[in-house]
Amino acid sequence: MPDELINLTIDDVPVSVPQGTLVIEAAKQAGVLVPHYCYHPGLAVAGVCRMCLVEVEKAPKLQIACATTVAEGMVVRTQSEQAKQARMGVLELLLINHPLDCPICDQAGECELQDFVFQEGRPGTRYAEYSKRFNPVEDFGPDVLYVPNRCILCTRCVRFMEDLAGEPVINVSERGDRAYIGIHPNARLDHPWAGNVVDLCPVGSLLSKDFLHKARAWELDKTASICTGCSQGCNVTLDTRENVVVRVRPRPNLQVNRYFICDHGRLNYRWMNRGDRIEAPLVRRHATDWDEALSRAATVLRGAGGKAVALVSPRTSTEALFLARRLLARFEWTGAFQVVMGDEAPLPGVPDLALRAERAPNARGAELLGYSRDYAAALETSRTAAVVLVIDEPDAAIETAGTLLYLGTVLPESAHGAEVVLPIANVAEEDGTYVNRDGRVQRYFQAKPAPGMARPAWWVLSELLAQVDGAEHCASAAEAFDALAGSTDAFQGLSYAGLGAAGQGITAKAGARA
Amino acid sequence: MGYPHKPHAKETALLSKHFGDPDARTYKGWAKRGGYEAWKQAQTMAPAAITDVVKESGLRGRGGAGFPTGLKWSFMPKEKKKPHYLCVNADESEPGTFKDREIMRWTPHALLEGTLIAMRAIQAEVGYIYIRGEFTEPYAIMEQALAEATKAGVLGGHKIHLHRGAGAYICGEETAMMNSIEGKRGNPRIKPPFPAAFGVFGMPTTINNVETLAAVPHILRQGAAWYKAMSLSNPKSTGTKLFSVCGHVRLPGNYEVTMGFPLKDLLHELCGGMRPGRTLKACIPGGSSVPILNREESEGCLLDYEGCVEKGTMLGSGGVIVFDDSADMVYQIMRLARFYAHESCAQCTQCREGTAWTTKILERILAGQGKMADLDLLLDLSDNMTGKTICVLSDSCAAPVVSGIKKFRTEFEDYIAGRKQPVMVA
Repeated sequence: MPDELINLTIDDVPVSVPQGTLVIEAAKQAGVLVPHYCYHPGLAVAGVCRMCLVEVEKAPKLQIACATTVAEGMVVRTQSEQAKQARMGVLELLLINHPLDCPICDQAGECELQDFVFQEGRPGTRYAEYSKRFNPVEDFGPDVLYVPNRCILCTRCVRFMEDLAGEPVINVSERGDRAYIGIHPNARLDHPWAGNVVDLCPVGSLLSKDFLHKARAWELDKTASICTGCSQGCNVTLDTRENVVVRVRPRPNLQVNRYFICDHGRLNYRWMNRGDRIEAPLVRRHATDWDEALSRAATVLRGAGGKAVALVSPRTSTEALFLARRLLARFEWTGAFQVVMGDEAPLPGVPDLALRAERAPNARGAELLGYSRDYAAALETSRTAAVVLVIDEPDAAIETAGTLLYLGTVLPESAHGAEVVLPIANVAEEDGTYVNRDGRVQRYFQAKPAPGMARPAWWVLSELLAQVDGAEHCASAAEAFDALAGSTDAFQGLSYAGLGAAGQGITAKAGARA
Repeated sequence: MGYPHKPHAKETALLSKHFGDPDARTYKGWAKRGGYEAWKQAQTMAPAAITDVVKESGLRGRGGAGFPTGLKWSFMPKEKKKPHYLCVNADESEPGTFKDREIMRWTPHALLEGTLIAMRAIQAEVGYIYIRGEFTEPYAIMEQALAEATKAGVLGGHKIHLHRGAGAYICGEETAMMNSIEGKRGNPRIKPPFPAAFGVFGMPTTINNVETLAAVPHILRQGAAWYKAMSLSNPKSTGTKLFSVCGHVRLPGNYEVTMGFPLKDLLHELCGGMRPGRTLKACIPGGSSVPILNREESEGCLLDYEGCVEKGTMLGSGGVIVFDDSADMVYQIMRLARFYAHESCAQCTQCREGTAWTTKILERILAGQGKMADLDLLLDLSDNMTGKTICVLSDSCAAPVVSGIKKFRTEFEDYIAGRKQPVMVA
């Protein structure tokens, strides 16, 4: 057990929290969100916006919930007249120099200023007949625009760049109401993690160029997913508008990526919307239906013997990797994957968080299931194999005397000679899991429908297994995963439901999870 | 010596005794006048014993807050685990205040001596004297004095650095000063942690004002009882205090009187009263950050911490700003608000936006375009700016506005109603 718990009441709700907890965090446990701007759980406390002023019994004046630590017997009131008046005052002051350009602002609909003003602001301003502060828009970096007029100077961006990115290229320049976020004249906001300042900005002051004018916040559907940019396994949210992925944002996971993702991952989504997808199964390049294609593939598998090779993308779900291996179990089996390498780019302020050199979200999962990194050897084996099964690996220059079965999202040159081509869903179109470099199994969820007749790879492989071996087929990724967990040592004790939205380490055992 | 005026019989010249005497500036001259005797004495005393004497003397901070000095020193860790620091606040940027400047100009060794004694009391090996950037002459004098003292070997292993400010008012706020010394932007820090636990460079730190430290050698030499006896009114306010008087008096300047001295006597006797044909209208007794007193309040005010509070204001830094009946209070208050708007560090919302908005409203009233509702708005805004921010700059802007409207409301109404010629505000 950690230190003793501290008991206090917040808006008459009793809570018990560890010593040292901030009132603003304790309030969350009482179901109270204290309005705030400068505070962010992933950043150092600044205490400057003064929005989270609350009444603390026996304190001579209002206290900021973000910089006040809990004390035994403390009585906090967030809704006292005094506290509400103070916050209303802050909101009025924040608005006097804030343009009411919500109709053209990208942040509208997900703007904390909009939200809190709507919740508890004044119905009108008393700042009549004065002009507002004006500064032109500035181009801060590859994906960041700064709109100073909307800035409320919460300094989250400054603290992120200074404390976490370790590249203090932006600051608060000038003083008083002339203040703005300044950038070093010879610097750009081009740190590999700089894009986080856009998410951190509580208003529409720091904007993503990539997302600029793409969608209004209320048009977006949000789906929990896992970044495919590298083997770190950052938790993300895929924002889709009309079944098109338009934005990737970090989804907090304190065990993996805290509140952040790198720019590489953030911008690595356009391929999910590719138009040149395989939309129907092909048998010898002729489009057909699933029945014929599956039956043809099953016939091939049943009739063949000897060596089989699986060449898989490390972006393939753990479930599909498992089923593919099971499907080829009756052969002399070789499985392999190849990994694209890039530069490693850490976020210095957060331990164990980096854009990893291995740009493969499920390399670890593939390894755990027996797939090898020796791709060249597997290619060599393919020459004499009876069956070569490829899962979405377009770079494979496959030469084989046997039969090529190709499961893919798109049809590369190398797959033209395939006996059967089976169209599969991409990561945004299916449920599944990836295992990150630290052995954490994490679920991703379906964000949009797959095009045409494309189906998740786990479904396709499960259907084939049923036809070839008479196995019971899986109705969901969950069933596929649970079959995997039940038969693979590394995954023992895990269950799809138990993974939740935050994932679990492969070392976790059933008993420890309770 | 009541530099630049002849000493007045009612003055008690302790810190200002050698003002105007260039010989006292030098190490030799200072030594001749009993300089560094107290420091020698302190070196024979245990740190806690020095603190006890200062505690007993009743000395309180002369920078504005009036916190008991000995008590402040006693907050420093007794058992030294990390380096301790002393910061001397010589930023003196409070409008209307110019007492520390004179201490540094004429008696630099008094400050150095007080600094050394304080450093011993709090077990600091390094001290920073943070001198207002505009104080070029005092800086040069301090530099010279420090060089002489170092050469004479009186520092006894202590290291004193002179650190120049760069023109920001807020760097006189103790936590902003520590940031500034660290080379950071001079933004006040949230407290806790307090400086005695986490100060400059994250180490235990004490910050004292120049005048406070200059009084310390006298206390050590002549005893706590002697110092404590210097009190004309409330026994909680002891010793002497320098008052920098500016504005509409015949003899502006620095005056040193015993705590509890009547403000009326300071203005009408020591400062020679108002200009011919003029009468006292208002007075700000403790630097621009404290509430304004009207004539009646001023003439009944006793100059010590409690006496000022009794009249609804504060002793502050002792910067006395005097207004006679020719003063336009609306304009004066606008100038003060504009100063704060200019100097706000921009951290806290209420201060950043509130000081600027206050200024705009006051400018509009002066321009003859105000509304009666503006007065209530100013008061409401001031309420919003009081007690809600990291430091008290915002409160300081609100104080003269609130007291000004309360005490001189008709002057505001005259502008709004068009009874007074609008003023072009540059």
